[in-house]
Amino acid sequence: MKCDNCFERINKEELTLNKLPVGKTAKVKTLLNTGISRRRLLDLGLIPNSIVKTERLSPSGNPIAYNIKGAVIALRKKESKNVIVTLLHEE
Amino acid sequence: MGLTGQSSGISLLNNKFNITKKSDEQIVIALAGNPNTGKSTLFNHLTGLNQHTGNWPGKTVCNAQGTFKYKDKDYLLVDLPGTYSILANSVEEEIARDFICFGNPDITIVITDSTCLERNLNLVLQITEITDNVVLCLNLMDEAKRKGIDIDIKKLEKSLGIPVIPTVARDGKGVNDLLFTIHNIVEGISKPTPYKMTYDDSIEALVKEIEDNLSGLLDESLNSRWITLRLIDGDKSILKSIKEILNSPSYEEREV
Amino acid sequence: MENCTEKSINDIEKIISEKLEQNASFGDKIVSKIYEKAEQIANDVVKINDTRKINWDKKLDDILTSRITGYPIMLLMLCLIFWITIQGANYPSALLANLLFGLEEKISSLFVFLNSPEWLHGILVLGIYRTLAWVVSVMLPPMAIFFPLFTLLEDLGYLPRVAFNLDNMFRKSGTHGKQALTMSMGFGCNAAGIIACRIIDSPRERLIAIITNNFVPCNGRFPTLIAIAMIFIGVFISKEYSSLAASLAVVLIVLIGIYFTLLISKLLSKTVLKGIPSSFTLELPPYRKPQIGKVIVRSIFDRTLFVLGRAILIAAPAGAITWIVANTTIGDVSILNHVAGFLNPFAKLMGLDGFILMAFILGLPANEIVLPILIMSYLSKGAMLEFESIDSLRQLLVNNGWTWVTGLNVMLFSLLHFPCGTTLLTIKKETNSIKWTVFTFVLTTSIAVLVTFAVNTIATLLGWV
Repeated sequence: MKCDNCFERINKEELTLNKLPVGKTAKVKTLLNTGISRRRLLDLGLIPNSIVKTERLSPSGNPIAYNIKGAVIALRKKESKNVIVTLLHEE
Repeated sequence: MGLTGQSSGISLLNNKFNITKKSDEQIVIALAGNPNTGKSTLFNHLTGLNQHTGNWPGKTVCNAQGTFKYKDKDYLLVDLPGTYSILANSVEEEIARDFICFGNPDITIVITDSTCLERNLNLVLQITEITDNVVLCLNLMDEAKRKGIDIDIKKLEKSLGIPVIPTVARDGKGVNDLLFTIHNIVEGISKPTPYKMTYDDSIEALVKEIEDNLSGLLDESLNSRWITLRLIDGDKSILKSIKEILNSPSYEEREV
Repeated sequence: MENCTEKSINDIEKIISEKLEQNASFGDKIVSKIYEKAEQIANDVVKINDTRKINWDKKLDDILTSRITGYPIMLLMLCLIFWITIQGANYPSALLANLLFGLEEKISSLFVFLNSPEWLHGILVLGIYRTLAWVVSVMLPPMAIFFPLFTLLEDLGYLPRVAFNLDNMFRKSGTHGKQALTMSMGFGCNAAGIIACRIIDSPRERLIAIITNNFVPCNGRFPTLIAIAMIFIGVFISKEYSSLAASLAVVLIVLIGIYFTLLISKLLSKTVLKGIPSSFTLELPPYRKPQIGKVIVRSIFDRTLFVLGRAILIAAPAGAITWIVANTTIGDVSILNHVAGFLNPFAKLMGLDGFILMAFILGLPANEIVLPILIMSYLSKGAMLEFESIDSLRQLLVNNGWTWVTGLNVMLFSLLHFPCGTTLLTIKKETNSIKWTVFTFVLTTSIAVLVTFAVNTIATLLGWV
């Protein structure tokens, strides 16, 4: 998170956050939703260019927990599919 | 015209937040912070059994309040709901925001989790936008140490312009330093001068335009820049809160 | 001045809405800027050098929220809590009962010595004192064990994991994820759980959470559930397994409660409270070692004594009234028997009897006193007993025609029936509507009647009764 150099070789793979596999890290590109639910995501730290990692699935696969700026936060798929991220390949 | 900030503050405490000060000398402290930062632990530690929390303690829904004494001064501590932000996107955030902005606490303690400082600083920066008398309580230092996290306290104090006190609230470590710092601010021995956010030129220009319109309307104890920013932010609830406060009995009294 | 203020605010509103129309992303920019600054400062002052080999939080979460072990561990945990409570409460309960009922004899002889009238002794000792003795000896030990255990789990950080595991079911029921949290407050006290529903922003979802909160047994009902499970379900199994069987019975009741919460939530969100679930986020905080000493002190002061105090306050007059009603006769029969006789045919259909149903009705002010009232009424029929252990309570119930089906139906009725007086008042206050209060009352009671009726009918058809 500290050194952007860690992610030098950025592959331009874009996907929605709900599709980001467990253990993978991605960079937030944009949010698709509007209004209060957009604000909530922003407040959680899902702002463009911030780093997010899929931490774990709940037993039923929905919600999914993400590491966002040091806290583990669970989002329902309905929410996370509004977040477009770029997959980062760590070397 | 012009009722002093302090007295309108007391009436508001009474009317809107259901808080009764025992005397004018009692010092009101707001306790804010992200969820799961040990806010309730610190609250319990400071107030002991001198607290009043509805009929079921636990997660804070309404304001919990308690009292304590330090160096012959009486303090009233108000535990605000744990939130990531006070931009009023939920009921809890609105309570926290309205109390810090309109309740006029003498001092606001922001308790943060040292293991994820960055996300906690977000709230700190939002609060220092509203009020100057802010003390940062850097809690869970033991966990941070275990996780190999080292925080340069002096540097943090300098960047933020407010006192930063490392604590382990559950063991009571650092709580005395915290109280001493608060005491010094109350006595006027020290005065926090927090870093103030500045935004893009387009936003700053708009702020200036609206703030000029707004500042004549509001009591000087209210922070017109911050309220302007919320308006620009598209926050409808702040207008509601302002109207409520302008119409509250305490505000009308001043015309008499 | 007033109008002028309003006008200026409206002016400002206008300027802003114009500007926002031109550029809608001001809000985003402000939020992002603050986060950027936070990141910049954090990068400046924080150094991380994590040398830990094992991340225990991760390991624990791997087990506690796993697809395979997540649910079984939740059940096991619940079962374990009840088992410890039941096993641990047995002995102190008997001890307290011995002590308090021994004292009753002493007090009675004092009344005889003072030549006090029969009715005074009746109201004060047989009515008030005896009810209180029951409340204390039946309720105090389980609560003093159950609350600290529950608070420990809360302190450890396990409850958010429960919400995480169960959220899918709540989502499918069209409700808010925070409902799981308000439910766990309901385990303490339904009135508190209903106040906690304020954390749900959407009015529709909040109302659903309020209406269904009562399906979580509160601590006023836990002692009843635990006692009946202990003396009724447990004893039909061989001695070594009785505590286990009793805990399983309570767990089953809790699960049935959760099932009804989800079912009714779904029905409501498909019918009278139509809508889609609103957004929801849940933090899974790091696990924290609970402070055992403080947890015990706080849960005893804040919860156990609070609930016990409330129970005593309501049980005292209820005890007096029950004694008076049981000892005032119209014709040859006491008022108590009249009422119980009147309720009996209806109660029988539900696998209960008139006295049980009456105890539930008289227990409206607080669920805690249902069992004490029931015992008082059975006792007033003349079947005097020595109270040496929980066994004597069983004997009393069996003498009054109880079978395990009666026990089960009492537990189910207790779980599902109308909320207590305090809870109803809280619903009224929180929803600001008599309509929704009455709705909740009618809904819960009808479900309780239907379910016990169904269980009793099936049991009768199968020849179990």
